[in-house]
Amino acid sequence: MSPSIATNQTILVVGGGISGMTAALEAAECGKQAILVERNATLGGRTALMSRYFPKMCHPTCGLEINLRRLKGNRNVRVMTLAEVSNVAGQRGDYTVTLKLTPRYVNTNCTACGACAAAVEAEIPNPYEYGLSKTRAAYLPHSMAYPMHYVLDPSIIGTADAEKARAACKYDAIDLDMQAETVELKVGAIVWATGWKPYDAAKIQPYGYGRFANVITSLEFERLADPHGPTGGKLLRPSDGNEAKDIAFIQCAGSRDENHLRHCSRVCCMASLKQTHYVREAHGDSGKSTIYYIDIRVIDRLEDFYQKAQQDATVSFVKSKVAKIAEDKDGNPVLHGVDTEGYHRYATTHDLVVLAVGMEPETNGIKLPDDLLLDSSGFIEGSLSEGMCGAGAATSPLDVNRSVQSATAAALRAIQVVHKTSAAEGVK
Amino acid sequence: MSEMKTAAYICSGCGLGDKLDIAQLGKIAQKEGKMALVREHAFLCNSEGVQMIRDDIEKEAVTHVCIAACSRRAKTDAFHFPTAAMTRANLREGVIWVVAEGSEHDEVRQEMADDYVRMGCAELKKMKLPQGNPNTTLQKNILVVGGGMSGLTAAFEAAEAGYEVVVVEKQAQLGGWANKLWKRVPFKAPYAEPQDTGVAELAAKVSAHPRIKVHLNSTVAETTGAPGRFKVKVAQESGAVAEETIGAIIQATGFAAYDIARLPELGGGQANVVDQAGLEALAQAANGGMLKRADGKEIKSVVFLQCAGQRDETGQHLPYCSGHCCATSIKQAMYFKDANPDTDTVVLYTDLRVPGMGEDFYRSAQEKGVIFTKGKTNRVEAAGDGCKVNFRDLILDEDASLDADLVVLATGQVPNAGVNLDAWDKVVAEADGGSEEGKQKKSAMQKISILNLSYRQGPDMPQFKHGFADSHFICFPYETRRTGIYAAGPVRRPMDMLQATEDATGAALKAIQAAENASLGRAAHPRSGDLSYPIVRLEGCTQCKRCTVECPFGAIDEDEKRFPVFNEQRCRRCGTCMGACPVRVISFENYSVDTVGNQIKAVEIPDEFSEKPRILILACENDAYPALDMAGLSRTVYSAFVRVIPVRCLGSVNTIWITDALNSGYDGVMMMGCKKGGDYQCHFVKGSELAGYRMSKIGDTLTGMGLEPERVSSFEVAITDNERVAKFINDYVAQLVEMGPSPMKGFG
Repeated sequence: MSPSIATNQTILVVGGGISGMTAALEAAECGKQAILVERNATLGGRTALMSRYFPKMCHPTCGLEINLRRLKGNRNVRVMTLAEVSNVAGQRGDYTVTLKLTPRYVNTNCTACGACAAAVEAEIPNPYEYGLSKTRAAYLPHSMAYPMHYVLDPSIIGTADAEKARAACKYDAIDLDMQAETVELKVGAIVWATGWKPYDAAKIQPYGYGRFANVITSLEFERLADPHGPTGGKLLRPSDGNEAKDIAFIQCAGSRDENHLRHCSRVCCMASLKQTHYVREAHGDSGKSTIYYIDIRVIDRLEDFYQKAQQDATVSFVKSKVAKIAEDKDGNPVLHGVDTEGYHRYATTHDLVVLAVGMEPETNGIKLPDDLLLDSSGFIEGSLSEGMCGAGAATSPLDVNRSVQSATAAALRAIQVVHKTSAAEGVK
Repeated sequence: MSEMKTAAYICSGCGLGDKLDIAQLGKIAQKEGKMALVREHAFLCNSEGVQMIRDDIEKEAVTHVCIAACSRRAKTDAFHFPTAAMTRANLREGVIWVVAEGSEHDEVRQEMADDYVRMGCAELKKMKLPQGNPNTTLQKNILVVGGGMSGLTAAFEAAEAGYEVVVVEKQAQLGGWANKLWKRVPFKAPYAEPQDTGVAELAAKVSAHPRIKVHLNSTVAETTGAPGRFKVKVAQESGAVAEETIGAIIQATGFAAYDIARLPELGGGQANVVDQAGLEALAQAANGGMLKRADGKEIKSVVFLQCAGQRDETGQHLPYCSGHCCATSIKQAMYFKDANPDTDTVVLYTDLRVPGMGEDFYRSAQEKGVIFTKGKTNRVEAAGDGCKVNFRDLILDEDASLDADLVVLATGQVPNAGVNLDAWDKVVAEADGGSEEGKQKKSAMQKISILNLSYRQGPDMPQFKHGFADSHFICFPYETRRTGIYAAGPVRRPMDMLQATEDATGAALKAIQAAENASLGRAAHPRSGDLSYPIVRLEGCTQCKRCTVECPFGAIDEDEKRFPVFNEQRCRRCGTCMGACPVRVISFENYSVDTVGNQIKAVEIPDEFSEKPRILILACENDAYPALDMAGLSRTVYSAFVRVIPVRCLGSVNTIWITDALNSGYDGVMMMGCKKGGDYQCHFVKGSELAGYRMSKIGDTLTGMGLEPERVSSFEVAITDNERVAKFINDYVAQLVEMGPSPMKGFG
């Protein structure tokens, strides 16, 4: 990799989730040069950890496969993983970006044969399963990982395990001497496709996340529903490994709340409706989903997905902001609150509670360049100089479809910047 | 082009050397595969191995390379030889990672690998390196149909990226729906107050832009051609016709409001009941002052009824939600509160839908004293000098009513998407059948057409749910079924102005990209960058028209003699035409009836006493083939009796492959494609469906051959089905074993 060939005609895309991949590819397929940097060991971002998409109930990996094929066939995009932007200097059309590169301890010789994973003994909480399962400390992030290279967890560097991994590799792919380094890139425009993170559910104190084993987040539930996930697709509750049949979904967990996130996270209503399908598929008529909501926000043509759920006898809706969750002696969560349609108090026991946690910008807590314009929740509205823009869920809590729409628009904004830079230089 | 020189490279790394007899594979490549050069390497994908191949290409004039190593999806950076045609024999994910461990499986494992090497060599010899469509185009300018907020945004953003733009607007001025608005919903922090629409400034910028040409009072009378060379007739109201040559098209034709006359129970038709557009007109007239009704009375109380004629489950009105109307009503309630805080403003809703930062706007309205009541309206009647709204209060769970000077119905967006092609097909059939009524209907439909495409598949973009010209795909919102034509704004799906401007910017990018791709003779998404294109041997064509009818993208016209005319720039390279062609005259340089047919023939078929059935798998390369690969990655075992060939789409499967396979003694054929039906997942629209349809037609052929129909079977395979796909295979193999060997064995 020779970052020095980047010029002020190059577009830097920060973040290798679906928005970042889209922005980089769309620009590249217009003939522009793009560099895609990703902090993690693989592209794919959060969508790669989703089981299925609403409303088609199709698989995120399908789109990822197409995007990876586009990427493999396009020489205009250079991908850098384990790379994080640490500084941006310069101005519109002429940025110098500093990247911090974290060692993978595995080089491009890796054939993904898996011998290193078989050799090491240490296990770590699997970062691509939200820690719901363990993985060997030499691991492939997931089966759609790109680059398709293993990674060694830093915790084993300097231990006998690392040596075992090196010894097991026949291809000289394990390089334990890799060091963190910094590189600088010259780029003309920057697209921030830095995505979102789930609101920390433990901060919603009355819901007991972290205290009650059977209160989990909607993202963790995606992993449970995934046939390749930690439970093989079975909806098992964490406390006792029994199948969860009666599941409560709590909407606006952290969203629409002055104490937490002011905004509505937009996707959570559809996400919970989608997750009721998982319950139905797992248990048929004997499953039960209850959605506790303030407003069901499934806008535009997604309405019929809601209508179908309303017709499903296993799905019920309670208009209520749940006041608190308690736990009974068997570890079942008990939801307390008032059903505002008619003002009935309830104390309802379920097998498992899924918190539809809100989305906040992944960059909250990270210092971004002053030129970027942020709204009150930290989402990127644009930049003063218009040399940088946001894309996807970095700009608003968006679903995948709208994130891609946004990223496609961002690609054009970046192209405008490099176009104008070259036009201005042509005049000189 | 230089003479073909073939080479096979056999890797013994990743355990291939431990599990397989590499020397034997080399011999097969040389003797049976007739490769001019055969080399083995212990680690083919490392720099030395790759350099060896590069050297052969440069110094030994190798033009065709067969890599017998890992899957075509792996190590693509290493095995990248742009000047050579290449095949990949998948020995790792396809053989050693999926065949059961143990020496008792050595024989079948080796046979499987042998066959994949045979197949790789056989395919290679029929392949050419795609040279790109020589009919490249020059036009990169963008036509934007519709001069509203979406169209103006698309035009301006494309022009700012350096592209020429032509705007066609049917009205006498630019601005569209936005011209009717007093203010718009806020689109940036702090999301508290209605904002100026900015449409006048945008229209002025567009009108003055050196790269934008605007046709007012104009419509598109005809569109012919293809991306990079569209010919568009722009008809002016005066009758004059201008002709433009265009690279790509954006359709930003917006929406109409649902007609409130169809909502008499909600007061539609009454003097003091208006829709949201009607309220905007009152606000414009008030110009920031107190809003007055049409009769001049100052409005002291107003009720907004959300979801009027929307989210309808009775089938009478719009079934969907238009998304913007809650925020629009909030904005309109603020018109009243800002002019006079004492005005009673009530928003009657069932779910208040203001996603994202709309929540701040909602809070702002609550602070201004707007009342929000969760209720379902039963009836609006004229009462006294105003209206009486009767509704069910859903919180108090009781019937209630409100009196108001004015009632505003939040009706939905109805897309201006032109002709519904499903209806069009029927009307054309009637008209072609000579029916006078059919002819009249056809001419009426042509009048509402927006693009007036001269395509065989009809004059407008295909519509999806509820008449919107939407993409069907979650990951690819701009995956159009008419290459180089992109819908943007509320014609694509219901949306607010902020989303529409975002959408228009994205559509501008895609239009630019389509024109750039056409200029380079390469495909657009999802096979973006593909330089192959359909090549037709017209002298063999029987004018059966199947290719023109079945093309999912409307890429193929017919000439006067009813021969197919391929518009390569519209083509997406799925190969559906190749699958459809009964006389097999359509091919791609690197994907043809022969490249696949030759692989099928290359497999060695054991005799009927061997108890080794052979099953051909034709697997969609987007979902089924990766699923098989991932079965390998997770070391999921499946039968070593199958031979897998990836296909671009099941729609490209020509039935000759099936009959040839069965004739030559295969015991069965599995076709693996994407999900079909309403939520179809095929990126070439109907691959599985077409394959199913075509296979239903070969039942008689099978019977004629004395074969059971079960010997050809279709499976819907999703990309995540790595375990399921192994089970499909194993179950099917067991079923065939039970059925006994194909009676065709030994006759092939």
